[in-house]
Amino acid sequence: MATYLVRRLLQSILILIGVSLVTFFLLYIVPADPARQIAGRSATPEVVENVRKELGLDLPFYQRYLRYADHLVRGDLGRSYLQKSRVSELIASRLPATLLLMVGAIFCELTIGLTMGLLAAVWRGSRIDQALMVMSFIGVSAPQFVVGIILLYIFGVYLGWLPIGGYGHFANLILPSVTLGILGAGWYSRMMRSSMIDVLREDYVRTARAKGMAPATVIVRHALPNAILPIVAMIGIDIGYFMSGIVVVESVFGWPGIGQLAWQAIQRVDIPIIMGVTLVSALAIVLGNLLADLITPMIDPRIKLR
Amino acid sequence: MPTGPRASPDKAGDMTLTTAPEVSPIAPGPSARFGIIVRRMMRRPLAVAGVTVILIVVAAAVLAPLISPYSPSDQMFDGLTIEGSPLPPSAKYLLGTDLLGRDLLSRLIYGARTSLIVGVVANGIAVSIGTLIGVTAGFFGGVISALLMRFTDLMMAFPALLLAIVLAALFHPSLWIVAMVIAMVNWVQIARVIYTETRSLAEREFVVAEWSIGAGRIRILFRHILPHLLPTVLVYGTLGIATTVLLEATLSFLGVGVQPPTPSWGNIINENQTYFTTAPWLVFFPGAAIILLALGFNVVGDALREILDPTQKGRY
Repeated sequence: MATYLVRRLLQSILILIGVSLVTFFLLYIVPADPARQIAGRSATPEVVENVRKELGLDLPFYQRYLRYADHLVRGDLGRSYLQKSRVSELIASRLPATLLLMVGAIFCELTIGLTMGLLAAVWRGSRIDQALMVMSFIGVSAPQFVVGIILLYIFGVYLGWLPIGGYGHFANLILPSVTLGILGAGWYSRMMRSSMIDVLREDYVRTARAKGMAPATVIVRHALPNAILPIVAMIGIDIGYFMSGIVVVESVFGWPGIGQLAWQAIQRVDIPIIMGVTLVSALAIVLGNLLADLITPMIDPRIKLR
Repeated sequence: MPTGPRASPDKAGDMTLTTAPEVSPIAPGPSARFGIIVRRMMRRPLAVAGVTVILIVVAAAVLAPLISPYSPSDQMFDGLTIEGSPLPPSAKYLLGTDLLGRDLLSRLIYGARTSLIVGVVANGIAVSIGTLIGVTAGFFGGVISALLMRFTDLMMAFPALLLAIVLAALFHPSLWIVAMVIAMVNWVQIARVIYTETRSLAEREFVVAEWSIGAGRIRILFRHILPHLLPTVLVYGTLGIATTVLLEATLSFLGVGVQPPTPSWGNIINENQTYFTTAPWLVFFPGAAIILLALGFNVVGDALREILDPTQKGRY
């Protein structure tokens, strides 16, 4: 276990170094010029050149990367080109909102997805099952910006039940969470359905039924806990999908998280922020995957870590 | 194996569903397989619906100049109200007009071209890269394999959409840049699937037997490995188009994808979203188009998976 953990952590660090190198390289070769962006449209070529020198943008690629990496190992993500504040502070101030949104999304995808999958498995082959599976297909086929705008229209504008944007109240959290969670709900309902169908075929379920236990009790007491376990391990992997989704969802709802921070930085070619958010996302994804791999053997002792 | 569509009766195909996942040493000819796939597909109402949606969108894209009622870029003289707001759906403008007084239906029909071009091109590139990397790493092994798979792991740690947005925004966005960017983030999944598949195929008895009678690497690769990878490529290729369509729509919605005036379902929503409280059809119709097309490819891809991969039968 300990050696496994050490090896996985070392691998994760290597992956993160790789991500930083690749991102840095990609941002190096893009034709957008941050110096011109900072200096402003009317700046003379000399001014632009000065800005470039000041930020070290005139150095060759490897020197720039080494300088960045040198700061990075000390936990310094650099300073924003335009806001002049530390990237780490900007991200730290936005992170709680994003985490809150993710918790909301996990809650939504689990409640919606697991309920749908459970019902579909129990009434397997029926009209209900078919309807639920079509719904789950729609869930994985609907782009988040469309879901977000339509939910905003229905619940925010037409019915007027929920606020259109904003942050700080529970009501603000509902629509963004549902929007971010719908994709996962689609996947979870399908996984839950197949997991539940497998469990319902197990001997212990048959035994429980044979003892004369009520069908609902069999499902809730015996089948459900065993069907849910393998799915819980997937939550870690979801973090990757969330890290992609937040950019869209936060920009649709004006949610003040790191997705919006990244989106604003992209529009202004604020490269340190883009680097910072990418690295934080990659870290979250790597940790999420590690978590998923660690949880699996705890749930199912037949699976051994290698 | 020159077998016609009728040479292999469907029943024989069905029997593999109940027995172990058998793989014949030599894959059946493409036409026989195709016939089986089509017949099994016809038995699934959902898959038939999916194919129908795809065919309608393809027809709309191909026949766009013939069937679209107006030009997608013409601003109609009566396309806006006196106050200058878009018109709701009517007999003249079936789906209404957009914020510039252009016919929404015509823009959606031409937008189908964008979605399909990006979907097919980007996904074609992604599938090619993914298959090439997956097969190379899985079949040849060694240092190259290790390097390729570590690189794939690395790409898995990227937030795909964020990467796509960054690249699309910072290169000057155009239809082809969008397609390239999507291909760059989408090959990873298929590379991993193909890698695993190739590894397991390489250990199968019929491949081991080929080695033992002295067959060459190239022969084994082209005669035994690649034909058996075809179903996987087909399934993930189809599902991948759905992902690509969604990604293109999202990038275009954010304004870093296909640029106006070229209509794309995503940029139509982007242009009109300020009107969505007063003219919701400007978001609903293009939104429905995106969902339907992605749904079509997802449903068909899933049906193909069930048909082509007996081990998965009944799991989903």
